[in-house]
Amino acid sequence: MHTFRGTPLLPSLLAWGSSLALLALIVLPLLALGLSSSPSELIAGVRHPLFLPALSLSARTTLTSLAIVVATGTPLAWWLAVGPPRYTRVVELLVVLPIVIPPAVLGVAMLQTFGRRGIFGPFFEAIGVQVPFTTVAVVLAQVVVAAPFYVESAAIAFRRVDVDLVLVARTLGASPAVAFFRVAVPVASAGLLAGAALSYARSIGEFGATLLFAGNLPRTTQTMPLAIYTALEADVRAALAISLVLVGIAIVLLFVVRIGPQALSSWAPQRSDSGLEGPQS
Amino acid sequence: MSWNVELHARVGALDLNVAIDGNDTPTVLVGPNGSGKTTLLRMIAGAHRPSSGRIRIGSMVVFDSNEDVDVPPEARQVGYVPQGFGLFPHLPVTDNVAFGLSVGRRRQRRSDRRDAAASLLADLGCAHLAERMPSELSGGEKQRVALARALIVQPKLLLLDEPLATLDPGSRRKLRTFLADHLKTKRGPAIVVTHDVRDAEVLGGELFVLEKGRIVQHGTAEELRAEPATDFVAEFFDTPQSDIRGMA
Repeated sequence: MHTFRGTPLLPSLLAWGSSLALLALIVLPLLALGLSSSPSELIAGVRHPLFLPALSLSARTTLTSLAIVVATGTPLAWWLAVGPPRYTRVVELLVVLPIVIPPAVLGVAMLQTFGRRGIFGPFFEAIGVQVPFTTVAVVLAQVVVAAPFYVESAAIAFRRVDVDLVLVARTLGASPAVAFFRVAVPVASAGLLAGAALSYARSIGEFGATLLFAGNLPRTTQTMPLAIYTALEADVRAALAISLVLVGIAIVLLFVVRIGPQALSSWAPQRSDSGLEGPQS
Repeated sequence: MSWNVELHARVGALDLNVAIDGNDTPTVLVGPNGSGKTTLLRMIAGAHRPSSGRIRIGSMVVFDSNEDVDVPPEARQVGYVPQGFGLFPHLPVTDNVAFGLSVGRRRQRRSDRRDAAASLLADLGCAHLAERMPSELSGGEKQRVALARALIVQPKLLLLDEPLATLDPGSRRKLRTFLADHLKTKRGPAIVVTHDVRDAEVLGGELFVLEKGRIVQHGTAEELRAEPATDFVAEFFDTPQSDIRGMA
């Protein structure tokens, strides 16, 4: 338990000091956020005209983008797990690109794709559809920034599924789809849930790509993070109220990521009790 | 009922080239690690497609490269018990065993398939395991449950990949006899992969030795013991492999 045990005194003090400083830097702002608003201020914030539309828009867009990410990301993750490595390695690299690219850059890139002067601009103009600065753009931006977290977690979870389980299900009469949904998905469910929670956390906090690609239009594209940005200039109480809601959601998501997988895989052995498992590995 | 497998395939560094004929008695497949035993079973089950060849199980041709026949695993009527038994970890024993009656064309009502699973579990002496999760079973119990699950769909050919390998010596002895008796009374064709000379002797039937993807010798255990064709065959009969592994 003593992390720095065995190191000489001075380096040990330095290590403790720097670790505590980092921990304080992480925790203090959240504490300050919680302590800085009184209940009455909080109620005023919730009643602020920015609050409800942003909450509603965030709820609708993030749930939609989560559904899209799970529906399209699950088969992709399965393919990444079982497909030919020479292709999957390349595709996996492409899928995780948005994690390392700054969100603002993604916003510009999406404008260059779907904007009026983007590569699909003339097509969308011809069919009379505008994508940028609409709610659809908000969802698209969330999908792009959040999907890598889900797909990566799901691919890792699917790679842990013993291929023989799926083959056994097939020999017992299951079609590929049935074997996938009845065996591979439940066995990987803990990883899928953790991935979905991480991806949801990323999409609900999405700011940069949304601001550039979808703008900051009340009721249409102004999600909670954008509403905080707007509120800070007008009424800090609204910003605090929205921030606290986001912290609440974050805490729930943290629980889902940490506890959900264990609860879901309660059937799994806690330890390799007999040492009889996993001769495939 | 007879079956025969004749196939050629390249899987990674392995060049698999085998021809095996079998009948109602168990066919025992032995060979060093990496010789292609598991790959061969998986190909018969339909997981990998051979480059060429033909696989016939009874009257059904499940693979024929010349005729472009490649029956999917769910229609091959094989029962596959992989190494480690491959029990579905999220399902209790009854649902594991009843799985084959919950999907595809053999689908039955939930109560019917649970009854069928319960009766098969009782036949195999493990009715008391019905509500347990696979993680709560011993190696020997897993083996019986996996066998019950494979048998519930009445497969024409049973594929058992090292069914006794992970068991401790006591359960191994007991289950070896159990498996041999079961395969004899059922008289269903089976391919049993093993590392242990005693498994090979007790299960009886024809023995095929696979080395580097090729069948190097086949015959009864006595014939192979009398005239081993390779060093592996000689060693296989000289020293019980499980003893060596047990000491390690």
